[in-house]
Amino acid sequence: MSLADLGWAILFLPLISFVITVFLTRSRPKLCGYVTIAAIGLAFLASLVVLVRVVAEPVGTAAENQASYNWVNIPGLTESLTLSLGVAIDPLAAFMLVVVTGVSLLVQIYSQGYMAGDPGYSRYYAFMSLFTASMLGLVLANNLIMVYFFWELVGLCSYLLIGFWFQKPAAAAAAKKAFIVTRLGDLGFLVAILWLVFNVDPAGPNGLNIAFLNEKTTLDLIAGAGLTWAALGIFAGAVGKSAQFPLHVWLPDAMEGPTPVSALIHAATMVAAGVYLVARMFPLFEAAPDAMVVVAFVGGFTAIFAASMGLVMHDVKRVMAYSTVSQLGYMMMALGVGGLVAGIFHLFNHAFFKALLFLGSGSMIHGTGTQDMREMGGLRRAMPVTFITVLIASLSLSGIPPFSGFWSKDEILADTLGGHGNVLLFALGLAAAFMTAFYMFRMMFVAFGGSFRGPATAQGGHTSGHTSGHAIHLDQSHSAHAVGAHESPRVMTVPLIVLAILAVLTGFLNVNGWFGGLLEEGYVVHFNYGVMASSVVVALAGIFLAYAVYGAKWISAESLGRAFGPAHKWLTNKYYLDHLYEGVITRGAVIGICAVLSWFDHTFVDGIVNGVARLVMAISGGVRKAETGRVQAYALVIFAGVLVIMGLWMLGLPNSVSGWVAKP
Amino acid sequence: MAIGLDHFLVLSAAMFSIGLVGALSKRNAVVILMCIEIMLNAVNVAMVAFSRYVTPVALTGQVFAIFIMTVAAAEAAVGLALIIAVYRQRQTVDVQQIDLMKW
Repeated sequence: MSLADLGWAILFLPLISFVITVFLTRSRPKLCGYVTIAAIGLAFLASLVVLVRVVAEPVGTAAENQASYNWVNIPGLTESLTLSLGVAIDPLAAFMLVVVTGVSLLVQIYSQGYMAGDPGYSRYYAFMSLFTASMLGLVLANNLIMVYFFWELVGLCSYLLIGFWFQKPAAAAAAKKAFIVTRLGDLGFLVAILWLVFNVDPAGPNGLNIAFLNEKTTLDLIAGAGLTWAALGIFAGAVGKSAQFPLHVWLPDAMEGPTPVSALIHAATMVAAGVYLVARMFPLFEAAPDAMVVVAFVGGFTAIFAASMGLVMHDVKRVMAYSTVSQLGYMMMALGVGGLVAGIFHLFNHAFFKALLFLGSGSMIHGTGTQDMREMGGLRRAMPVTFITVLIASLSLSGIPPFSGFWSKDEILADTLGGHGNVLLFALGLAAAFMTAFYMFRMMFVAFGGSFRGPATAQGGHTSGHTSGHAIHLDQSHSAHAVGAHESPRVMTVPLIVLAILAVLTGFLNVNGWFGGLLEEGYVVHFNYGVMASSVVVALAGIFLAYAVYGAKWISAESLGRAFGPAHKWLTNKYYLDHLYEGVITRGAVIGICAVLSWFDHTFVDGIVNGVARLVMAISGGVRKAETGRVQAYALVIFAGVLVIMGLWMLGLPNSVSGWVAKP
Repeated sequence: MAIGLDHFLVLSAAMFSIGLVGALSKRNAVVILMCIEIMLNAVNVAMVAFSRYVTPVALTGQVFAIFIMTVAAAEAAVGLALIIAVYRQRQTVDVQQIDLMKW
């Protein structure tokens, strides 16, 4: 089988399982789970084969490993545009395939335990299959239209899965929010695609082919301000999907979905799609240096901005959501300063350790029946496996050697000091690294340290309102266990262990530049020992501070909060951005515009429609009086008509009328 | 003066006009029916005259006259039946009063 054929197989396996789970096995939930796991397992094996082949032999570029089929032909005035469906395989796609199928497989296995007994079990697996298929399509797509197509499909799956427990109003609202906020970014992406359609030889056989767009000759042709705007448009799509500032607001709310969903979609794969897209179009971005600067600064700012909000959250999933936003910012920053390898390497490592963190937090929630870390405590004894694996992930995320996060994060920081870098970006990255270490170990000390507090003891702590406002998923099976924390079943802990092993090991892939060499020709790994030392010191400082406040309690968290009162208030309210969006943009601008549009609609649009109807009624009201019901009046009109026609016929005028009546 | 085609046509036109005026102005439905019969017969006269003077060999016009008579008989039967039905309903045959199907 050629690589492209394998690509099609990988794409269709989860799609087939989606069809099967929806139409055939829906009434048998267990079977749905097994079908999904089998399909994704096969896709994972195929992805491994693809990766091994890409790594083992020189397989050529993406341009040579693609298979396209014409999909739609749009005729134009002078030339027609053909849209095709096709897959392309290169090392970048091969690594993403393994990440997506691998994490998806582990999450599906884990879900067998986490979702056990849920009434929507079949629906859950159907959506997860569809999501995996869409994500694989997004990774494999060889042209921008197909990317866009699957881009929206993953957005749809995200919507369906965030709102999985749609009977909870918070979940339904979060699903809507995620869908609408990401759509704002997608608008930019669509505009960029359209610009490219009109500016890059649309009639050519390549159309919107990514490999073709990334060629130097194509880029030289369209270079200029337009290209910069196109790059920014694509980046706007990435900002929405990867939850970058200012469109990051949906991701923390997306935590209303089931925890495995958060692990797969909102940590490891879908939110990384934005980073992947920028990496896919990297030559295009490099041809637009101004756009690169925007990418770098949006990423750097998001990294520190999200990390600062993570400092004060009490909901473990929200801490991790902000952490995800922050880490995605890191990746964007890396890409913005030209560090393609660093960014993708971080994406790769992050996928595993962040999925692990989410699955670990799912295990904590499963074991304690609460999402508030203040209601946990002492879990290191009650849940040893979860404790060890989450500890590994936290160390990795904090950038402590030799865990994977250390290697990629240091590479990003080193790149910010490189050619396209900026000391300011380095400072942002370092500050974010400090905060990351602090909030992760805050969670570790509060949730795993001390002794179990249980949901009842923490009731008084619900003063800030933002956690209680988002009522957590406390269904029967979960709350029943709230009496005492317990370890999760093996079906949940085994994926944790596998991911923990990966979180330790994947960092070593690029020690000798192996990973980077596959992605970028002529890549040489270089260690900046100064950066390494500073980032480790900063991370250790963050951990130490967390220990001082939450472990040893030398400094009380309350007094710290009081000392930074206004800042603390800003952070717990998420910089009031939700208030801004909700109050000013939604209430003010949108409803204001709606009022104007509504008035216009009622006055003009309805006026025209009703006016036409009234006019017709008025005319017909007059004309219908001609229908008197008297046969003799009708006969008279007929006679008059005959006279008129005969008169015209005799006069021979006009021709068009007399033409009807054949002349002798 | 021999009687020619013109005489028949004038007779036909006169009959048609009489019938038309009657059909348009009379109020009694039965009289209107009779006027229509006059108009049909005016056509018959013209048909036969044309047949006789223009195409004496072909009998098309004469055959059509027979057809018209047949149809006229049927029409008279249906028309009278309708008039009787209307009369039973409304005790009148005045077409000015029978104007329910308006507007």
